Amino acid sequence: MNKMSFSWDRALITCAAWALALLWVLPLIYATWTAFHPAEFETRFDLTAPLTLTNFSDAWVQAPFARYFLNTTILVTMILIAQIALGTLAAYAFARMDFRGKGILFSLVLVQLMIMPDILLVENYKTMRDLGLVDTILAIGLPYMASGFGIFLLRQTFMTIPQELDDAARIEGTSIMGRIWRVYMPLAKPTYLAFGLVSVSAHWNNFLWPLIITNSVETRPLTVGLSIFAATDSGIQWSVINAATLITSGPLLLAFLLFQRQFVQSFMRAGIK
Amino acid sequence: MRRDWIYACLLLSPAMVILVGFTHIPAIETIINSFFSTGRGRRVPEFIGTDNYATLLADPVFIKALKNNLIYAAVTIPASIILALMMAVFVNEKLRGRALLRMAFFTPTVLPLIAVANIWMFFYTPGFGLIDQIRGLFDLPAQNWVGQTDTVLYTMIAVATWKEAGFFMIFYLAALQTIPMPLREAAALEGASRWYFFRRVTLPLIMPTTLFVSVNAVINSVRLIDHIFVMTEGGPNNASKLLLFYVYEVAFQYWDTAYAATLTVVILGILCALAIAQFFFLDRRVHYK
Repeated sequence: MNKMSFSWDRALITCAAWALALLWVLPLIYATWTAFHPAEFETRFDLTAPLTLTNFSDAWVQAPFARYFLNTTILVTMILIAQIALGTLAAYAFARMDFRGKGILFSLVLVQLMIMPDILLVENYKTMRDLGLVDTILAIGLPYMASGFGIFLLRQTFMTIPQELDDAARIEGTSIMGRIWRVYMPLAKPTYLAFGLVSVSAHWNNFLWPLIITNSVETRPLTVGLSIFAATDSGIQWSVINAATLITSGPLLLAFLLFQRQFVQSFMRAGIK
Repeated sequence: MRRDWIYACLLLSPAMVILVGFTHIPAIETIINSFFSTGRGRRVPEFIGTDNYATLLADPVFIKALKNNLIYAAVTIPASIILALMMAVFVNEKLRGRALLRMAFFTPTVLPLIAVANIWMFFYTPGFGLIDQIRGLFDLPAQNWVGQTDTVLYTMIAVATWKEAGFFMIFYLAALQTIPMPLREAAALEGASRWYFFRRVTLPLIMPTTLFVSVNAVINSVRLIDHIFVMTEGGPNNASKLLLFYVYEVAFQYWDTAYAATLTVVILGILCALAIAQFFFLDRRVHYK
């Protein structure tokens, strides 16, 4: 009897799970459908409808997506390298050194978990104008190059690395930089991977700040380019806009599908502090 | 120890310069500027006391944006948390094809919000969009979901919930996996139903995760406004204007930077209140007794 009700339970949960999952991917399936079919099938679901790639080529021709891709790639790479370099140094100091004001400095770092540069648009714009950086890719990335989240994550990881390893390397005459490079960084690889994935997807998708600080094709990232493309409602077809949408999210989506497990685990790791 | 101090300085300064330069100093400057007028042309900013705040309280658009943001948060946060928890429970059960389920739930998280908004706009298109097509099957009239003042905010809530739930699911999933198996077995032996176990054991155990997720959800409800740009630009008649979008408008379309600073102070206030609340909650440990 007990066994019986148990399996009923399970069937119910399975059904609910799949119903929710289906509902969840529906928008994506819909977007993919329109992107791969001629415009007249936008709202007609005919399995025999001809497949086409013209929507993609149309979108690609109508806006400089190639340039946007380059910009976003430069941006994300630049931010990630800087975040890792600056974050590693700071995290080491917080994890393994004793100095006055450590507590205060660390709480300053934690403040950035709450108050992000995203919100301080006006002042950061003024700063960029004073630095003469408006409308450069550097200006999009600069405010994010020291990540409070990254420093916190790396510090937690560094603190779990046995002090003895550090001491042993020191006795052999390895410098601080040498120890960070040979002892700490290799042992923290999973954290770097986790932080890297979170950072890349966050900055690939970032929109508001790049929108404000850029105003030319040479600097605009994909997200801003897409919004301009979709906003010019001069009769651009939905199927073409959907194709453009898939183009901009494509690489990240593809990376996600390929490395699904790592992605999910990275986000999980990044969330548990 | 003195040497340590010098090294620490060298290691910390690059990161601290950027952190302080783009987060702390701008935050303080924002507060200062909210007490000044906007300098225009040759007129320099003047100290005007709390005039900006008086303007703020009398500004119907601000009040509207604040209300909108409250409704937006009040619906999006619980909805995405409950859905996230459901998803996590589903994925945590050893169901068939759970990898596929997890993928379905998580995929929206990796998409840019701006792209997500594009996709959803097509859903909402009057007459043609999927929602109206389904309504058409039941002979219901076409609706301009995004163009009406009483529905537009909810169209955005749907988009935000869709995007966020899968992200929060991950944290719940991590939490669920830490619940010891013997507890479950013991409860089963005692004849506790699944629902009872969930309510009395699982929920209290994952309380810290709920707190963490809630804090993030509040931050996101203020910070993530990208979809407004594609979907509504705050309209119609300010019905979908949220605080940060209003800041953007005031600062970069009307170029009233002092008033924008005043509006930003409100957002900073909300986030500070959140930080303080979190501090007290964490102090008392949101844990089962």
